[in-house]
Amino acid sequence: MSAFPAGRGRKGAFADDVFRGLVFLFAALIPLILAAYLFELGSHSIPSINAFGLSFVFGSQWNPPREIFEVLPEILGTLVSSLIAIAIGVPISLGVAVFLSEISPKGPREIISAIVELLAAVPSIVFGFWGLVILVPQVVRPVEGLLQAALGFIPLFQHAASGYDLFAGGVILAIMIIPYVAAVSRDAMLTVPRSQLEAAYALGGTKSEVIRMAVFGYARSGIIAGVFLGFGRAIGETMAVTLVIGNSLQFAPSLFAPAQTLASLIANNYGETIGTVPVAALIEVGLVLLGLSLLANFGARLILRRFVRRGAQML
Amino acid sequence: MNMRRILDRVWLGLAVAAVVAALAPLASIIYYVTVKGIAAISWNFLTHNFDQVGNNGGIANALEGTFLVVALASAIGVPIGLLAGVYISEYATGRSADVVRFLSDVLVGIPSIVTGILVYSAIVISFPTPFNGYTAFAAGVALGLMEIPIIANTTSESLRLVPNSLREASAALGIRKWRTIFLMMANCLGGIMTGILLATSRVAGETAPLLLTALGSTQPFQGWFNAVETMTLFIFQNGTSGTPNLVEQAWGASFVLLITVLGINIAIKLVTRRRIVFV
Amino acid sequence: MYSEIEGISVKANSDSAPAVNTIPFDAERHPIVEVRNLNAWYGAQHVISDVSMKFKRNHVTAIIGPSGCGKSTLVRCINRLHELVPSSKLTGNVMLDGVDIYGKQIDVVDVRRRIGMVFQKPNPFPNMSIRDNVIAGWKLAGVRDKKRLDEIAKNALQQAFLWDEVRDKLPNSGASISGGQQQRLCIARALAVEPEVILMDEPCSALDPTATAKIEELISKLSENYTVIIVTHNMQQASRVADFTAFMYLGKLIEYDETPRMFENPKEELTERYITGKFG
Repeated sequence: MSAFPAGRGRKGAFADDVFRGLVFLFAALIPLILAAYLFELGSHSIPSINAFGLSFVFGSQWNPPREIFEVLPEILGTLVSSLIAIAIGVPISLGVAVFLSEISPKGPREIISAIVELLAAVPSIVFGFWGLVILVPQVVRPVEGLLQAALGFIPLFQHAASGYDLFAGGVILAIMIIPYVAAVSRDAMLTVPRSQLEAAYALGGTKSEVIRMAVFGYARSGIIAGVFLGFGRAIGETMAVTLVIGNSLQFAPSLFAPAQTLASLIANNYGETIGTVPVAALIEVGLVLLGLSLLANFGARLILRRFVRRGAQML
Repeated sequence: MNMRRILDRVWLGLAVAAVVAALAPLASIIYYVTVKGIAAISWNFLTHNFDQVGNNGGIANALEGTFLVVALASAIGVPIGLLAGVYISEYATGRSADVVRFLSDVLVGIPSIVTGILVYSAIVISFPTPFNGYTAFAAGVALGLMEIPIIANTTSESLRLVPNSLREASAALGIRKWRTIFLMMANCLGGIMTGILLATSRVAGETAPLLLTALGSTQPFQGWFNAVETMTLFIFQNGTSGTPNLVEQAWGASFVLLITVLGINIAIKLVTRRRIVFV
Repeated sequence: MYSEIEGISVKANSDSAPAVNTIPFDAERHPIVEVRNLNAWYGAQHVISDVSMKFKRNHVTAIIGPSGCGKSTLVRCINRLHELVPSSKLTGNVMLDGVDIYGKQIDVVDVRRRIGMVFQKPNPFPNMSIRDNVIAGWKLAGVRDKKRLDEIAKNALQQAFLWDEVRDKLPNSGASISGGQQQRLCIARALAVEPEVILMDEPCSALDPTATAKIEELISKLSENYTVIIVTHNMQQASRVADFTAFMYLGKLIEYDETPRMFENPKEELTERYITGKFG
């Protein structure tokens, strides 16, 4: 008769049930937490929704002393800065992804990949602080000067360019989304079957032509999902943007005007908000931001799940 | 010369330029944080609490606060994340595994400031006195909420890599499911531990949710239901203060925070091949 | 044949000498492709041992042999696809119309345009339409004239015996048609860039007998205008389709002769044993 502790008998079954119950309970928390976001933010915004209705998102006055809360400038700031981030960050990310998947020899590939990913590990406040003290004065301001000299006749580039503005926000967001977009794009590119590449080479394509036709074509969905993901990341970033974007409550249609995002608005009003309506308004800002980010992330996730193999994500 | 050949060289050169453009900011950050931060580091700096006026202040209370808040976050995030991950990998049927994993992915993508708002509205303004207001407890909960989906995802992915033959062998021996699962987890312990470590270092670097939950403080830890200072809040508040002495201290704190976080990530990368970007 | 894809001048213009990197058209004196003392490696593995042979213009030559004998590698050396594998190495010469395609002055892109390839498993670009697949080679080179591209596509599809089946489905994805049709699509894609030589690496091994028969019929027709070199493990196919057959074993060329003579009266014992099925 073996003494093997196979957990037979009622005691074993009970432990199994308890464990199972715990596991189900904790797993259920995930959808519950998501629901909590919607419920809590929704219900606590009600005083503000009642007070302002749609003008919350269509009006342009954020005026705490007068208790008027409208966030259109911040919505625009969020969207535009994120679009700038995409415009600058995605080409760089794709270049990195192409380099890592198609050009780099095996050895450097791992190391460079790792270093690029390290960018994602830098705490956002450190990013912001570095942006405030180094990036803007040393890089953004001179670049803005050049842009203004060359393109100053376009209204988009007109404004006293202090460097702490919408453009700087976009630039720092671009840097921050690079590891995400590059990682997802690289994974997508690595799933392109060798036979596709061979077919393109056999037709007499140069390396860059083959990449354009076979790699980008085949990996297109994965890359697009990566871009959505990067966009979602950009709209939610708070600290780095707050420190460089200039924090103006107006939205001027210029890259070089100071601006505000939904996230930086919250960051600038923390700790000072009292009163039912102001508090509700602050929470409603969070609700709007949640909505935007859910849209972007939902879209990305759906594309990712359908077109990129699960295995490729867990390297 | 052949136009196509020239264009080919140009494109490939641009790809290399992109890599340089991606690596330059990291190099710059590490350089400046080190150069400006080292100047502030001293034994005093690391062991004294924040001193608003004098020259002898330091980050001790900030370090203490970060440590305690992250500990609470992990106390919440690790058990829930682990078991949720176990559910996804070991209990869920095909469809529900996908759904829960999908929702978990969505949670990972929620901006951290929105998590701060959630805890602000659910705890900071809603709990009965004396448990309301800006508290270390609320901060821990906020960061814990962030840890849950990260750990759930890394745990379920790690478990997935354990071959099915092991599960079958265990079941065939008559071993209970819960014991089998512990056996599986022991088999991918490395993956699970690194997942927890990465989640922890990630939330340790967060600031935004703490603005609305911990608020920050110039005092050392005063209990779970009072405001608390963390390294990230320290950097934020002093870095933007404009006072040279405080700004220098902010660099010092940045240095400590950065080498800790990067150190953990590099160590993990060296030991495993795991990707550290959370997608 | 004329071609306007960059870098190629097949017939020299009367008032300008051909550039150094173009390959002179000289039908009479040379076989179209000649392999001389070819050795090839994947890493340390020596896969082709001192192979020399000539391929006759506008005929079909089959290369047969058991798995691992080097026949696929041989054709990949001919269109310079072999060198894309990181650990690969090659010595010897491959001549196209008397010019060594591995020469320093030669543009590899040019070589691959003139020597087309069809692969074992059909590999159309799934994200492109049937029409776009056919003209992919032209698009790679940056040609944009829509009318011209449509004509090229139609012509190539007709040559590949596929036009009638897909004429109404041109905008559909290249992967939306059957396996046999996909392979003919790949043949059309290779034909569209007007090659002189078509290499085929076991083109029918992933297809059913009906599709195979269609392609074999196609190969015979193609040899009127192109030189076809086909790798096959199917000896009956070789005897049906090829004018000449070469038998390879363990990287060496064992025997090379006109197909009927090779199969009825092989000179080498090894050849005879392979043909009679004594080893696979």
